[in-house]
Amino acid sequence: MRYVLKKTVTTLATLLVVSVVLFASFQLISGDPATRMLGTGATPERLEALRAQLGLNDPLPVQYVRWLVSYLHGDPGISYVYKQPVSTLLASKIPVTLALALLSFALMCAIGLPVGLYTAKHAGSALDHAVLVLNQVIMAIPPFFSGILISWVFGMMLRLFSPGGYVPYTRSVAGFLGYLVYPAIAIALPRAAQLSKLLRGSILEEAGKDYTRTAYSRGNDTNGVLYGHILKNALLPTLTFLGMSLANMLAGSLVVERVFNIPGISNTLLASIGNRDYPVVLATVMWIAVFVIVSNLVVDILYRALDPRVDVE
Amino acid sequence: MAGTRRSLRQTIDRLPSPQVFWAGFAIMAAVVALVLVGLVWMPYKPTAMSADRLQGISAAHWLGTDKMGRDILSRVMYGSRVTLMVALGTMAIGAGTGVLVGAVTGFYGGLLDEVVMRVMDGLFAFPNVLLALVFVSLFGSSTMHVMWALGIAFIPSFTRVVRSEYVRIKHLDYVKNARLQGASDARVIFVHMLPNVRGVLLSNVMIGFNNAVLAEAGLSFLGIGSQPPYASLGQMISEAQEIFFRVPTAVLGPGIVIVAMVLGFSLMGEGIRPATQSLD
Repeated sequence: MRYVLKKTVTTLATLLVVSVVLFASFQLISGDPATRMLGTGATPERLEALRAQLGLNDPLPVQYVRWLVSYLHGDPGISYVYKQPVSTLLASKIPVTLALALLSFALMCAIGLPVGLYTAKHAGSALDHAVLVLNQVIMAIPPFFSGILISWVFGMMLRLFSPGGYVPYTRSVAGFLGYLVYPAIAIALPRAAQLSKLLRGSILEEAGKDYTRTAYSRGNDTNGVLYGHILKNALLPTLTFLGMSLANMLAGSLVVERVFNIPGISNTLLASIGNRDYPVVLATVMWIAVFVIVSNLVVDILYRALDPRVDVE
Repeated sequence: MAGTRRSLRQTIDRLPSPQVFWAGFAIMAAVVALVLVGLVWMPYKPTAMSADRLQGISAAHWLGTDKMGRDILSRVMYGSRVTLMVALGTMAIGAGTGVLVGAVTGFYGGLLDEVVMRVMDGLFAFPNVLLALVFVSLFGSSTMHVMWALGIAFIPSFTRVVRSEYVRIKHLDYVKNARLQGASDARVIFVHMLPNVRGVLLSNVMIGFNNAVLAEAGLSFLGIGSQPPYASLGQMISEAQEIFFRVPTAVLGPGIVIVAMVLGFSLMGEGIRPATQSLD
């Protein structure tokens, strides 16, 4: 419990530092928001009025605190370009990206873990060798490339779905997930290959240790040793990998959303980067940071639950 | 000269799996050859448009042409060069800085080490593509900026491994011996200790290079980095997605080169790593 508390506090501190760094760098770079919103032709009076209204005349720390407080209340500012609250712009898009990332994560586990277990159990077999080679190739294929190939094979040749025919979750949750499965496969495959390789490797490493021999000598069969003794230890490095994967899936979603025409945060974020629409970029990046850092916290706590030794260090 | 070459050959033959290494080497050599040939000769100028739009494979255009009539093979040759250069530059920045920071913090330890490593942890938590997006949105989108952004994103992984190696070896006898002989700290760190971390460094460079290729390709697919009309592999795939059915080579050409680059390097890395045993 003390560990959880300690980790939560450090996580909050990290988040605070990240938010300060992000806010400061975007403030330093972005110039005068009032000029950006009203254009260079605006009268000095109107500019001054808007500056006062937005609180731009206050010192930076005051602005930071105000931004942080309103961010925490779900209002991260107003877009320079769309003149709309950033929250309105992102509200319908974040769930889509999140769903794609989580679905990819689930698929990665569903493919990578069984394959890793199987190949470790049958290490040295023909199938194991075939999977090793296949893994190596799959890891080399970027999701946006496999995404195009997948939409060609499953969409155009097999006609299992219509590429570009995204179904909003507000219309049909089943249709939404049915469409997202294909991009999710593209995102999940290379990570699933890495995961199965990692799990196979760590199971085989544990298999060489003394406790495994002891477990065998006490009359366990291979399954008993594998599931009763080895797996718990072998999952530890895998857990760290899974934690890092969530962030990776999110980055993968940004790229693959483009291939499949999915209205997630990708287009908004990239358009905002192009338009130098900093409030939108800042809010999106901050949201991603929160997601990544909090998921790291969850992994750390799970890790501690599986391996109490980390407390001792 | 012949002697050193033979010994290199022998070193490779004594690797855990030399065949895997050679397979990767052959793939990588093909990609590098494509880039090197592109430096002195390309069938067409990669940005030259022509009236021959959306052509399939032909003697004049080995990989066909895109929707602006540009020769795909020439663009693939140019784009591979961009991707390879960005990956190498990223490695140089990431590994160079990472080794320096990791060596110094690992050697001295203390408060500096603590602070630097917390910063590295924070940096490491971010996916490299996102870090690059932030960087590009702050400083503008260009190939150089992408290289710097990815390079910075790769610093933590190098810092971590080099630091932990330095922490491990700094109490070894040869280090004490060097210090007793009056060698300066800088000499101990870089002349005596650095050669002993190259094994760890090598495997990290192998992984890092691949991640750099994939990250650059992903970013240029999103339109970040190399700007039109200049070609980059990811950007070519992005532009060619809509013409995939008419000219499949417009997607397959750059896509296969990306896969070859990553696969070649990762196979070379696999060949170097020791084999694992079996469960029974």
